[in-house]
Amino acid sequence: MSELSVNHLLGIKYLNKQDIQLIFETADHFKEVINRPIKKVPSLRDITIANLFFENSTRTKLSFELAEKRLSADVINFSASQSSVKKGETLIDTVNNILSMKVDMVVMRHPNPGAGIFLSKHVNASIINAGDGAHEHPTQALLDSYSIREKFGEVKGKKVVIVGDILHSRVALSNIFALQLLGAKVMVCGPKTLIPKYITDLGVQVETDLRKALNWCDVANMLRVQNERMDISYFPTTREYTQQFGVDKALLDSLDKEITIMHPGPINRGVEITSDVADSKQAIILDQVQNGVAIRMAVIYLLASKIKQ
Amino acid sequence: MSQKVLLNAKEVNIILHRLACQLIENHKDFSNTVLIGIQPRGKYLANRLVALLRDDYKIKDLPINHLDITFYRDDFRRGDKTLEASTTEINCQIEGKNVVFIDDVLYTGRSIRAALTAIQSFGRPKEIELLTLIDRRFSRHLPIQPNYRGRQVDAINEEKVIVNWVENHGEDAVYLVNH
Repeated sequence: MSELSVNHLLGIKYLNKQDIQLIFETADHFKEVINRPIKKVPSLRDITIANLFFENSTRTKLSFELAEKRLSADVINFSASQSSVKKGETLIDTVNNILSMKVDMVVMRHPNPGAGIFLSKHVNASIINAGDGAHEHPTQALLDSYSIREKFGEVKGKKVVIVGDILHSRVALSNIFALQLLGAKVMVCGPKTLIPKYITDLGVQVETDLRKALNWCDVANMLRVQNERMDISYFPTTREYTQQFGVDKALLDSLDKEITIMHPGPINRGVEITSDVADSKQAIILDQVQNGVAIRMAVIYLLASKIKQ
Repeated sequence: MSQKVLLNAKEVNIILHRLACQLIENHKDFSNTVLIGIQPRGKYLANRLVALLRDDYKIKDLPINHLDITFYRDDFRRGDKTLEASTTEINCQIEGKNVVFIDDVLYTGRSIRAALTAIQSFGRPKEIELLTLIDRRFSRHLPIQPNYRGRQVDAINEEKVIVNWVENHGEDAVYLVNH
């Protein structure tokens, strides 16, 4: 097994266990590369990648761009706020215009679920989904599982609780798929209004008591409350949310065991986790960011190697 | 398929000792020298030579280094398969050092070309030499020649040189295989 089973990375749902293992093993090598004095390899000299961000992003966009540049690919960036999308151009037209400039790969973030899947059926390029609405964010899930593997040696058998706004979270869905493929046990925890109705059909446990959830888990992945996606009010006040679902140092110290804290960013300090938790030794939030570059290099390298000359 | 033994275990052992002595002749106590095995197959030869220099010739403080060249190869996207990487372990400074690349078979020279690029990510060596167990004459694609060679072989392109080591194949031997 030395090749991905897919030509696009649209979601974790479309990957198998071997794919994820191949991505992790390749990322191990890239992690060594990005710690060298010269952090660049020439593999993708003849590949051009377009980063299409129809939705705001800081970390993911920077991480992808850095990964592409460390592989020596040519990179063009595009943000919807400064584009012809505002003038009424369709997605296919926008992308085909970019592809006619000889672009081989598209990294796309889009507010609509399934945008990447739609695009992959209509344009001739390798597509990487960098987040599509509340659907999937595969590279985030890969780097989260990779960080758990790095910390514990393996993901299999680990207990992971995803806390917060599960309903609007693409990170949660991709994480559930990835963790289950790798053999971890998954629980979601949050206000009932922010937990999708049929989530147990995916084989995850549901818990509304944060203390119980934290006592059960090895790793807690704290999600941000996505106010921008909330059309109605899902909980009374932010303060009340924090009281019930925020993690502070006192809560962590009162648990039976030492758990690991993860966060996909951006952190709302004082809402889902307090500053002393975010900056504590138990948090691997900055390791996640570093691993993000290695994981994205691995995904891009493996997909690019399937683009025929 | 026909198979011919190029070197048996005894001959491999004699050659390893000769190569070790040639290295000592040029590098004295190895204080400014770095030996690097080229992954994946040069690793075994490098490990053997380092062990020999340490145990039989009492060279001290000789680190084992392995360099993977996958991301520097010039045939990315040119074959059917994805190029699979191996581990890189460079355990010492490269800047200003006398580097010796170690690989089992020198064929087209393209791997060594990639290694020459790869090593620069770690610093600027003073000079780079090449040691190879088998030198396949007349098949080079690039102007690259070894400084130390175990055995020179005239092989046609259809033939393959296979190097076996006790560590992974249960025997030390070199075969010439014709498909």
